[in-house]
Amino acid sequence: MLDYGLNEQQKMVKDLARQIAEEKIKPFSKQWDEEEQFPESAISALAKADMNALCIPEKFGGMGGGIFDLCLAVEEVARVDGGVATSYAATFLGMFPILLNGTEEQKQKYLPQVASGKSLCAFALTEPEAGSDASNVKTTATKDGDYYILNGVKHFITNGGVADINVVIAVTDKTKGARGISAFIVEKGTEGFSFGKKEEKLGIRCSPTRELIFQDCRVHKSQLLGGQEGLGFIATMKTFDYSRPGVAAQAVGIAQGAMELAISYANKRVQFNQKITSFQGIQWMIADMGAKIEAARALVYATAKAADAGQKNIGGASAAAKFYASDVAMEVSVNALQLFGGYGYIKEYPIEKFVRDAKITQIYEGTNQIQRNIVALQLIKEFGK
Amino acid sequence: MSQTNMNETNMSGIRVIKDKCTGCEICTGVCPAAAISMIDNTAQIDPDRCTLCMSCVSACPSEAIEVVRQTIVKDDLSSYSGVWVFAECEENKLSSITFELLGKARKLAEDLNTHCAAVLLGYNVKNLTDSLIKRGADIVYLVDHPALLHYTSETYANTISDLVKRFKPEIFLAGATTLGRSLVSRIAVSVRTGLTADCTGLDIDKDKKILVQTRPAFGGNIMARIVCTSYRPQMSTVRHKVMPEAAIDENHQRKIVEVDFDEKFIDSRVKFLDFIKEQISTVNLSEANIIVSGGRGLKSAENFKIIEELAEALGAAVGSSRACVDAGWIPYSHQVGQTGRTVNPKIYIACGISGQIQHLVGMQSSKTIIAINSDPDAPIFKVADYGIVGDLFTVIPLLTKKIKQLRNK
Amino acid sequence: MRVAVCIKQVPNTTEVKIDPKTKTLVREGVESIINPYDMYAIEEAIRLKEKYGCQTYVITMGPSQAESALREAISMGIDSAVLVSDRAFAGSDTWATSLILAKTLEYLGGFDLVICGKQASDGDTAQVGPGIAAHLKLPSATYVSHLKEVELSENKKIIVNRLLEDGVETLEVKLPAIITVVKEINEPRTPSLKGKMRAKSAEIQVVTNKQLQLPDTDVGLSGSPTSVVEIFTPPHKVGGKIFHGEPEIVVDQLLNEIKDLL
Repeated sequence: MLDYGLNEQQKMVKDLARQIAEEKIKPFSKQWDEEEQFPESAISALAKADMNALCIPEKFGGMGGGIFDLCLAVEEVARVDGGVATSYAATFLGMFPILLNGTEEQKQKYLPQVASGKSLCAFALTEPEAGSDASNVKTTATKDGDYYILNGVKHFITNGGVADINVVIAVTDKTKGARGISAFIVEKGTEGFSFGKKEEKLGIRCSPTRELIFQDCRVHKSQLLGGQEGLGFIATMKTFDYSRPGVAAQAVGIAQGAMELAISYANKRVQFNQKITSFQGIQWMIADMGAKIEAARALVYATAKAADAGQKNIGGASAAAKFYASDVAMEVSVNALQLFGGYGYIKEYPIEKFVRDAKITQIYEGTNQIQRNIVALQLIKEFGK
Repeated sequence: MSQTNMNETNMSGIRVIKDKCTGCEICTGVCPAAAISMIDNTAQIDPDRCTLCMSCVSACPSEAIEVVRQTIVKDDLSSYSGVWVFAECEENKLSSITFELLGKARKLAEDLNTHCAAVLLGYNVKNLTDSLIKRGADIVYLVDHPALLHYTSETYANTISDLVKRFKPEIFLAGATTLGRSLVSRIAVSVRTGLTADCTGLDIDKDKKILVQTRPAFGGNIMARIVCTSYRPQMSTVRHKVMPEAAIDENHQRKIVEVDFDEKFIDSRVKFLDFIKEQISTVNLSEANIIVSGGRGLKSAENFKIIEELAEALGAAVGSSRACVDAGWIPYSHQVGQTGRTVNPKIYIACGISGQIQHLVGMQSSKTIIAINSDPDAPIFKVADYGIVGDLFTVIPLLTKKIKQLRNK
Repeated sequence: MRVAVCIKQVPNTTEVKIDPKTKTLVREGVESIINPYDMYAIEEAIRLKEKYGCQTYVITMGPSQAESALREAISMGIDSAVLVSDRAFAGSDTWATSLILAKTLEYLGGFDLVICGKQASDGDTAQVGPGIAAHLKLPSATYVSHLKEVELSENKKIIVNRLLEDGVETLEVKLPAIITVVKEINEPRTPSLKGKMRAKSAEIQVVTNKQLQLPDTDVGLSGSPTSVVEIFTPPHKVGGKIFHGEPEIVVDQLLNEIKDLL
């Protein structure tokens, strides 16, 4: 409903993302979801179109854009398929720690690979005992001369198995608590690094979610992120500040896609001798959907733009955008299904997939409960005088 | 380039007759190049944008737009006579399109008071001349030589161009097949004449004694009438099944002109290596008289069986909309539509196909269209001659059963 | 190796509608796109560039707005673009168009391989590709579904598969040659961001009749042997008989109508 004053490059990003979504994703979306098949051709098309290079600086072969470009692209992809959007955005999630906290050598080595579309990324933090309580990670990284030996299991890792570049969070010093957590860049194929089962999920089924298993996995100290122990937690928090608007954009996209399908259907459906869109009750449902989506979108875009402009304490806004947009996505997609009536419940129609895909946006990259904690604490800090 | 006033013509050009223009603006809507604007309630054509496609000329209800052509007559056209047909054959068998063309050629020849001939190229194909004569060719021009065993467009085009220059037909027809279309494109350029592809109608303007060619454009959304006034021969390609086959006349008088093949026509730059025939046992879509097509309404690959059973009962080919091909239910060779095959059978039965424009452009010139769909608002019903609104899973097996009963009688 | 692709900008036929009042085709507001078959030609040229490092050109004959089609081809990965445009060329039929394109290809220094789409979705004639070959007296292969081999040494040639109605033919063609391609040959890529930016600032070479010096009698309306005398919309099928009701009954009704046709 609003024109956000996109510049030439941003318009290009949005239009191209939409073109790829319509041409390369839409025809296969249902099949990939049903068969839990990794959307290789779509991810590859996005990579070849320079869409993985958006936030990477030009000197590393990137487009030199910012989070706003990422949000525009993710939203367009999610509007067609939330699962593809998850795998697409996950490369950024895995890339950000290197961009924000990596050494110059690490940036030189890995960022061009991502920008050229050659390598996908994954971010490995979550463990069976470390979900919201992220600092409770048990994976260890023990120093052994010029190497670290990783041991432990990560689970629920997006792009696990398809990502060449995996940023792994592990404990280097148990005595130091959060300060004793470090990050390592581990390449697929490293000895001692293997993959466990692929999870069967309710939604975003085409995006592979796997266990990463580390058994005496030796990585050279040059793979220690930032060249310094103890950066793990900081790098993680900083990464989330920048990746959360991306998740929020995914939620906005899913909501938008669901709403468009519902309105298109409702405007053809005739009951009681008229299109059901002529009933006020239906119109009000549509209005609520539209306004909430726009509000979420505006919050996401504003957050992304502020982050790109260098605003320092962006964490609260990122968290707010993430929980607000994902709650909207859940509400809108469920209501969109309702507008389909009985057909909404039938898998032959595309809307039920949007409901299943929307749910995860309220959970991953920090549950909405954790997000609310973050926002509350920031507000209390600022106004609790 | 000198600036031309928008309302003046150059040697060949387009202009709006101001007095006739009523300002109705229909022309601005049909122009694909957005070259027409209204100034002072009169149409103005921008010559830099105009592609002279003629859409506005035809659309203007007041005949206010005219195109001026300078006609150049290069040759004495009266020295050309005869209606020729290129006899397409494969593996020593004449294809049905040849007979369809001969049927038309005879009619055109009668209207022009001239003869009708067939051009036959190949190796050891003399036995086919009989058939051509019986189907109406007054003359058969035969070029029989080993170099002509396998068709290559360069060698065949060189040979035929020479025949055309020597014997000067006024009309030349060929089938709009993959072979015919490429071959005749080369001949038309070599001989410097006009070629109109995929004609659905061929008639003689008795006053002007010229061929009027009707053909579809824009995927069949519009029809165009085309003439070739100043050059000969007037060349056309015709699609399968558009014209009826010529009747057989056992007693037709024969004249065979055997022409020696000049080896300088061989183009050694192109070498035939191999041909692998398609193994699919279904009837070729472009030659089929009846086609039964399935669409998304079939819901799954297994259900294509009911389409195949109906097709078998009818001796028909099986077609498909794009949706089924994309879903992997049936191979692409069966796809009918803008990105698939264009067909024009006698009967086209569309089952569970909604009738999106992309499908329609592939089949809307079928003689009789029958649609079976559960949605009464499906666009397919707008182009159907007959239709059933119902559940295809019930209707089609029932139809198959009844047709088998009819056939057994 | 030098490869050229000839493309045409056409209105998007799937969007075209018939105005019910005037019974004419309404093309206003209809998007202009690259002829769908030409996309496959462009993709094939880019693949040759990626494999053999050849120089690629995209050429189109049309009014100035056809430039956007050229820029789209550049955004996919073609190196250079040429717009052949001159008021004298307007109204050209396929004979004149193929002559103009043939002369342009010569003017640009000739090419080892020229790739065209099978046909344009507005004219649907499939004549220009072979026509260019005939004007240049070069060999051609139409309906190419697979470029099997490319031999670039002394004996320059290609081996192609052609998709015929009832099977696949394999031909060996010496270069230079013209080929027209069908959809089965490849899957066209979407442009890249970097490609789009390059396309935005790319310089398009314009060739007019000043450079080609073709006589008036060979181009435009005067140079075209064929001319369109009328355009009309085909009569709409009205009043089709649509049967509603019990399957037993409606099937009988339908068969009654069509039994003589079967």
